[in-house]
Amino acid sequence: MKTIRIGNGCGFWGDNIDAPILLAEQGRLDYLTLEYLAELSMSILAIQKQRDPKGGFPGDLLSALKRLTPILKSQPGLKIITNGGGMNALGCAEQARVILDAAGLVDRKIGVVQGDDLLPVLDELMAQGHPFQNMDTGLPLSTVRDRVVSVNAYLGAAPIVAALAAGCSIVITGRVADASLAVAPAVHEFGWDWNDWDHLSAATVAGHLIECGAQVTGGLWCNWADAADLGNVGYPIVEIGPNGTFEITKPSNTGGAVNRETVSEQLLYEVGDPAAYLTPDVVADFTQVSLEEVAADRVRVTTKTGKPATDSYKISIAYRDGFAASGTLLIFGPNSVAKAKKSGAMLLERLARAGSAPELSNIECLGGGDCVPGVISTTSDPPEVVLRVSVRDSRRAVVERFTKEIAALVTSGLPGTTGYTGGRPQVREVFAYWPALVAKSAVTPSWSVL
Amino acid sequence: MTVRLSEIAHGRSGDKGNHANVAIIANTPQGFLWLKQHLTQAAVARYFEPLGPARVIRFEAANVLALNFMLYDVLAGGASLSLRSDVQGKTLALALLQMEIKTPSNLAEMTRPKVTH
Repeated sequence: MKTIRIGNGCGFWGDNIDAPILLAEQGRLDYLTLEYLAELSMSILAIQKQRDPKGGFPGDLLSALKRLTPILKSQPGLKIITNGGGMNALGCAEQARVILDAAGLVDRKIGVVQGDDLLPVLDELMAQGHPFQNMDTGLPLSTVRDRVVSVNAYLGAAPIVAALAAGCSIVITGRVADASLAVAPAVHEFGWDWNDWDHLSAATVAGHLIECGAQVTGGLWCNWADAADLGNVGYPIVEIGPNGTFEITKPSNTGGAVNRETVSEQLLYEVGDPAAYLTPDVVADFTQVSLEEVAADRVRVTTKTGKPATDSYKISIAYRDGFAASGTLLIFGPNSVAKAKKSGAMLLERLARAGSAPELSNIECLGGGDCVPGVISTTSDPPEVVLRVSVRDSRRAVVERFTKEIAALVTSGLPGTTGYTGGRPQVREVFAYWPALVAKSAVTPSWSVL
Repeated sequence: MTVRLSEIAHGRSGDKGNHANVAIIANTPQGFLWLKQHLTQAAVARYFEPLGPARVIRFEAANVLALNFMLYDVLAGGASLSLRSDVQGKTLALALLQMEIKTPSNLAEMTRPKVTH
């Protein structure tokens, strides 16, 4: 029975930059997927593109692609599918084209998937009666329309499959559902229909399991002490066959672990109702998944039925929502916790006296249980704690004033205050997240070849 | 006598906007029965009360011996807006696994089988 090997060498923008290369070298892959986009990545990339029309995508992708060119030569069948096109898939692909051509890979076609960016047609869609209601609050998007910086639909696997069918070796997309990056090669290879819900569901489970990279191969595993050589963690590989059954593993010369526990933990990661995992391709039922450890670091995954996809796309919208900054100081004991809390309060008092009280603030005493405030209590007196003060305000000047106040505690604060390194905290612009749905008929996924 | 929930289960948590999911996975089928009976929606809501979730919903995934809890509006704004260090709720599963539970009489049937390398 023919199976294909799909490896995911990147779980987010910020993941290990060597992993794509090592996985391609060691994985005997048919497909390498690289996943770069989290909920708010698009807003950051949208701002980048505003500043530089040639930007708007994670530069890590092009660096990786450059390093992958020798492997693409020695493994001519290897294909790469990535959502690293971000807010500018075409611009990204144009630069990828230059890299491939320079490496003598002029014959490798690059597919570009677009249509996810709805900002250019947003007002038109709203005028047509699409409210882009906030899924949490029910409010219509019109309430924040003037502050919106990005509106992206999570596209499905179909436009990627079309690009693969056109002979593309590399497919660069904008916002596509993470799992769809792995669904596409399976559909392309096995010729499944778009209403073959059971098989689409199986590939969606596979894609979901590998989308966060090493989180399924030992990363974050609760029983981490049993993970051999996690420092050399291998990234995940799915071997999937035409009946949808697949095995998940990692390159043999790597560390980490793939077992029932690591796979179970990742199966439920960022999942709401496990019986209804919605993607643009299918509704998958994670409660019908069975796991079997068939060899060391190899788990067989069998799924049952999938349900028809819904008639809407999930939309990720970001809008400007003020400014924020965080600063830290180290507070040494005795009474480190009490001193940290007092220091934070004094800082806020001084800001208020300066007429710069922030609209929102948070004082954390890290080491004193404030990571989950009030849930985990500490009765001991930690030798030292980190005081972290964060503020948010609609006025940049108020946040700037905060960044200039925190260091003063080093001389005007309490005994044991130290750790002022790295200069003043940076003010960051805040983008709020607005989840919505829109009818599939309102979105036109497209693809082209470079 | 009490033990920590981590004696009989492991887990993982993550974010969905301003909501978090907390998956708690039993080591054994006996442990899963205990979870189903004792780790109720109300018990988890009470445990995380200081974080002020708007509501808590429990889902079951018996196939992997797991309960999955959705904690709504628990992340102080979520990844972009929250002023907390753990903006994505990644620590919530480990926090729940530190819950002290009354030692089950059949604890030995719920602890993790020794791994042999």
